[in-house]
Amino acid sequence: MSSTSPATTTAPTGFSEEAFETFLQGRDEPGWLVDRRREAFARFKAFAWPTSRDEEWRRTDVRAFKLDAFAPPALHEPGPAAKAAFEPLWKSLSSHYGTGVAHVDGAVVRKPDPASLGGAVFVDLETAVKDHPEILRKHLLTDVVKPSDDVFAALHGAFWSGGSLLYVPEGVKVELPLFSIAGLSADGRVDFGHTLVVLEDGAEATLVRETASVGRGETPGLHVGALEVLQGAASKLTLVNIQNWDDATWHFTRERAVVGKDASLQWTVGALGSRLSKVNQEVALAGEGSAAQVNGVMFTTGRQHLAYFTRQDHQAPHTTSDLLYKGGLKDRSRVVWKGMIRVEKDAQRTDAYQKNDSLILSDSARADSIPGLEIEANDVRCTHGATAGRVDEEMVFLCQARGIPRATAVRLIVEGFFANVYDRITLEPVRETLRRAVAEKLGNS
Amino acid sequence: MLMSKVLRIENLRVAIEGKEILRGVDLTIKQGEVHALMGPNGSGKSTLSYALMGHPNYEVTGGSVTIDGEDVLGMEPDERAKAGVFLAFQYPTAIPGVTVANFLRHAVTNVRNPERKEGQDLIPMRDFRKEMRQEMDELGMDHEFARRYLNEGFSGGEKKRAEILQLAMLRPAFAVLDETDSGLDIDAVRIVSEGVNRVSAKHSTGVLVITHYERILTYIKPQFVHILFGGQIVEEGGPELVKQLEAEGYDWIRAKYPEAARLAAELEASQQDQGVGV
Repeated sequence: MSSTSPATTTAPTGFSEEAFETFLQGRDEPGWLVDRRREAFARFKAFAWPTSRDEEWRRTDVRAFKLDAFAPPALHEPGPAAKAAFEPLWKSLSSHYGTGVAHVDGAVVRKPDPASLGGAVFVDLETAVKDHPEILRKHLLTDVVKPSDDVFAALHGAFWSGGSLLYVPEGVKVELPLFSIAGLSADGRVDFGHTLVVLEDGAEATLVRETASVGRGETPGLHVGALEVLQGAASKLTLVNIQNWDDATWHFTRERAVVGKDASLQWTVGALGSRLSKVNQEVALAGEGSAAQVNGVMFTTGRQHLAYFTRQDHQAPHTTSDLLYKGGLKDRSRVVWKGMIRVEKDAQRTDAYQKNDSLILSDSARADSIPGLEIEANDVRCTHGATAGRVDEEMVFLCQARGIPRATAVRLIVEGFFANVYDRITLEPVRETLRRAVAEKLGNS
Repeated sequence: MLMSKVLRIENLRVAIEGKEILRGVDLTIKQGEVHALMGPNGSGKSTLSYALMGHPNYEVTGGSVTIDGEDVLGMEPDERAKAGVFLAFQYPTAIPGVTVANFLRHAVTNVRNPERKEGQDLIPMRDFRKEMRQEMDELGMDHEFARRYLNEGFSGGEKKRAEILQLAMLRPAFAVLDETDSGLDIDAVRIVSEGVNRVSAKHSTGVLVITHYERILTYIKPQFVHILFGGQIVEEGGPELVKQLEAEGYDWIRAKYPEAARLAAELEASQQDQGVGV
């Protein structure tokens, strides 16, 4: 990869020992971090590659994915064309939000403006290694996401490169939403970005993360990522992930938020792109009185395969979680959603909700929706459900009876299907982005 | 004024799931006329309205429907709406997530520009909103109503008002009102009827009021009354026919047309079994 990089002339392909050593040599990182990477790499080597016998891979066939066709991320400057390709997205997000960070092919190309952070720290992760080692030593891949979680978490732990740290000190409220862009260009094709968000007690922030590809579908891309969120008491976080890679990109990520006492989290996921996704998205209600709302908008076309494993871990009393995932499926695409609400013994007075609705727009599309509950407390309210259906012909007829042609009627009905999840999202530009993305994917059949 | 159009239904035969419900219906409506179609349950009144609008479950097995000689039965439902046919539903379907305003803006845009291609601009929001608010005021509707999702969680009265709002905005040449009075209290019947009268006076709409009660007909006064029974129109007359039904009920019809009575009873029973309207 990276023909634009002078530093990677003889980089071996694949994720071998040799490739790992080359990767480490190129980075000049402190000993504690190198040790952690080595430990993660050892775990990666020890894990068996997933097969259809593993529960989370039973419905998701990764045999077509060849890890060794990719190389580890290299520190390099993306070419001017690759950089320029993401400028429109940068401009658009800058017009809606405050400051942001952008990576192209895993290398940072835009850094946040510290002047608009009001005392918070928002930096790319390589800078954070140098300037905020104490935060990273404490929280990076230690308790929220761990390399021992699975083979991709271990791979990520060994090779993470790029990404960002958002640290909001006690009582600090970041007024404007922050954003990050991860882009894959036709030259690079590999992103191993890591995002770490730490909110101290009473802190407030909004972070919008978007991914995008240029040169749609020409060459395969790979993202192996992780997102870690730690929220202190009474903190408030609004978090958005919009995954919109092209349909030649493989997307593996593990994302977990640990929500402290009386803290609240609103987490919105737009799952739109990738050839194949395997995502574990988890919220842990760790402090008494904590609350999380999770919103998912999925839309798949072509032969996309998106597998999402959501988990709502209630660990403390009086905690609330409310998850609503909605998906539209076209063509031969497939969505697997498996949800779990887990309520621990001490988590009395838990109120948990979990719902997944799918709208099947073609005979060849398929949605597997598997809600789950594991409850050990006895004084809780947990509701779960899943629906899958076609566009209702009575609705189409009503539209047509009012002069609206069938194709427009279907579009209105599909957009309407997502409305109750949009209605929960408090950021207008996010609602607009998701609406537009769904309309675009619906249109190009 | 534009030239007056004529909707002509001739010997129309319609089946649902292979079962013939309409057995040759003839009915001609000119723009500006008010007709009432009456008849007991199971006589085929709703079948006529759905077949006119082109619902896919209603199979036309014979006869014709034309507007000024142009075939309607070959048209898709949206083409029928553009040709000037409107059906106010007895039980309009809810469309979750689609607001009344958004739905109506699409409807009005398409009906007023029949040649419009998918994806072309909608009518300007300002003009549309102004017109919609005027019509809502006439119907005594709160403007907030436009932001609600179409028919979702609407009361019976709200649904009927929303239907009349659509009628007013779409200004059809012909409007079929399918049991628009059912489930409404007397004040709501009056408001809805006044709305229909206003629209029909303004746009010279030909109105077909389908009902099995006389109540709505004291507000929307028909010049022509037809009694549908056993899938055929068995009696026709003027407003005096309404008076006669009010005084005597349908028993004399049943006595006069025993074969139709047998079919109507059979249909009413199967309708109750299946929970579908005929």
